[in-house]
Amino acid sequence: MSFDQKTLFDKVWDAHVVRKIEDGPDVFFIDRHFIHEVTSPVAFLGLESRGIDVIFPEHTFATADHNTPTINQHLPVQDPLSANQLKALEQNSAKYGISHWGLGNPKNGIVHVVGPENGITLPGMTIVCGDSHTSTHGAFGAIAFGIGTSEVEMVLSSQCIMQPKPKKMRINVNGTLGKAVTPKDVTLYIISKLTTAGATGYFVEYAGDVFEKMSMEGRMTVCNMSIEMGARGGMIAPDQITFDYIKGREMAPKGDAWVSSLANWKSLKTDEGAKFDKEYYFVASDIEPMITYGTNPGMGMGISQLIPKASDLSGGTATYDKSLAYMGFDEEDRMIGKKVDYVFIGSCTNGRIEDFRAFASVIKGRKKADHVTAWIVPGSHIVEEQIKAEGILDILTEAGFLLRQPGCSACLAMNDDKVPPGKYAVSTSNRNFEGRQGPGSRTMLASPLVAAAAAVTGYVTDPRELIQ
Amino acid sequence: MAYDKFISLKSTMVPLPIENVDTDQIIPARFLKATKREGFGDNLFRDWRYNPDNTPKEDFVLNNSVYSGKILVGGRNFGSGSSREHAACAIYDYGFRCVVSSFFADIFKNNAINMGILPVQVSPGFLDEIFSIIEKDPSSELEVSLTDQTITILSTGSRENFEMNSYKKNNLMNGFDDIDYLQSMKSEILEFAKTRAI
Repeated sequence: MSFDQKTLFDKVWDAHVVRKIEDGPDVFFIDRHFIHEVTSPVAFLGLESRGIDVIFPEHTFATADHNTPTINQHLPVQDPLSANQLKALEQNSAKYGISHWGLGNPKNGIVHVVGPENGITLPGMTIVCGDSHTSTHGAFGAIAFGIGTSEVEMVLSSQCIMQPKPKKMRINVNGTLGKAVTPKDVTLYIISKLTTAGATGYFVEYAGDVFEKMSMEGRMTVCNMSIEMGARGGMIAPDQITFDYIKGREMAPKGDAWVSSLANWKSLKTDEGAKFDKEYYFVASDIEPMITYGTNPGMGMGISQLIPKASDLSGGTATYDKSLAYMGFDEEDRMIGKKVDYVFIGSCTNGRIEDFRAFASVIKGRKKADHVTAWIVPGSHIVEEQIKAEGILDILTEAGFLLRQPGCSACLAMNDDKVPPGKYAVSTSNRNFEGRQGPGSRTMLASPLVAAAAAVTGYVTDPRELIQ
Repeated sequence: MAYDKFISLKSTMVPLPIENVDTDQIIPARFLKATKREGFGDNLFRDWRYNPDNTPKEDFVLNNSVYSGKILVGGRNFGSGSSREHAACAIYDYGFRCVVSSFFADIFKNNAINMGILPVQVSPGFLDEIFSIIEKDPSSELEVSLTDQTITILSTGSRENFEMNSYKKNNLMNGFDDIDYLQSMKSEILEFAKTRAI
């Protein structure tokens, strides 16, 4: 064994280090920078007060998503504070020559959906955004992670940030996934095993045949949730599935550039014998459809199981009790059969076409439960158009569901899509923190299939019972 | 943002012995609509601190006049979740200059330092010691020295060292920030950019 074996992460990281600072961070070069209306205004103010310019405006991309309404997007935004942020994004983009996909633009949508679907996100790149779910783009073999607003200002002004190199973790899942077990279930399972802080300080590579067989949409769902176990990000080595997804997308390389890019991308994998600081192995057949019962994404369980007892878990009992009390659940409760008031399908986790296909596969020929309010929110206009083109909209309409317009929506409830206090939501989003979907809201995270089963029955239901 | 220098701090503490305090609790998303970095302290821990009718929740520590100070002491895995810098900003704006925990989420830790807040990671045992000292006597003080990288419970003399890389330490002690540093190496960055076919 030589010392030359590198992980996928090493290869991409090391190619982007401009300068190493002794006993300090690396000066780390950023290829692609996404911005949105909530975490960028203060960064632009910073540039102004220092009197500095945007160094490479062509490598920053702006989209409006976090606080946008999901109905009547052609009308002026009613909330003055949201409208003000949207206007700031538009004005700052225009001032510095940054491309901006605002409300009404056919390319508008959630930043982590539109980047990949327009071919901006490519293997081997470094990608950041003032949003922790930037880890999504790791699905393409990119190093992608969320940053704070001060760092947004750094990227705008210098195309670099200061980052110590994280430690390396590999998570292997091998075998065949069972019926109705989706990429969301795989990630909720992993997080339930590692806990919400289990990967803090690490950058994760996902490996094994479960990920090799997974679609790009599924890989994005998995990488998206890396932050929920504390990881800086997660990535998957690019392969033919990746290349097929990228080819022909609007901003992807074409012609000779495609040929040379492809040759480079094919080298992006972990060398045999390369060392990780930590490695986990899981078996695909151990995973069943998952649902969360508490107030962090690590509090997940197989849907047919009972809520664990605090004494069976590590960590503080007081925090656990507080969490279950917030949810109105008890130790050893069954999740199946719990009443559901709201269902949300969408977000940067599960707002892509495959997610709506899965949702439609369950609701087809069924009706929405009367007491359920459902928010069906595509991740982008491109996804919205696919939903219409594939006949999914007809299935939704037939079953009594309304398709809304793209945006982050009820994932963080910055717009009007808020779950009322005390109400229960089954949500395909990424966080079940207290009040995340509105003050007092109670969130159960799950896959689009579990969300669909809840939407038509009105109760937490095992989707395997509804699928042939 | 340029911020105050941090060299050392002696203060009473506000205890928050809860694990996994996430950034949605520190500042809920609905308060992220400002386009300026001001006023976030009013909404720090909003939903733990106030009832829906905006009356203070009396059992929450920030509403208990017994506890005050520039040091917030939190349970394990403080600051998990969203990358919103507003969380660190709200903590600073409220008046805290130092957060002590046995474990911090990565992005929060970076954001805190960029706001001029010192995150001090201590051992789980030392954290328990701090919580029990505050419980016994809320007027107990901690002394945090960035120069020596030590944290001391003044009433008992119990002390631990904490880690901080020398680059960040230098920044905090001098009130420099990363943007100043990056601006100073712009020509090197422009050269590097030529090697990246982006």
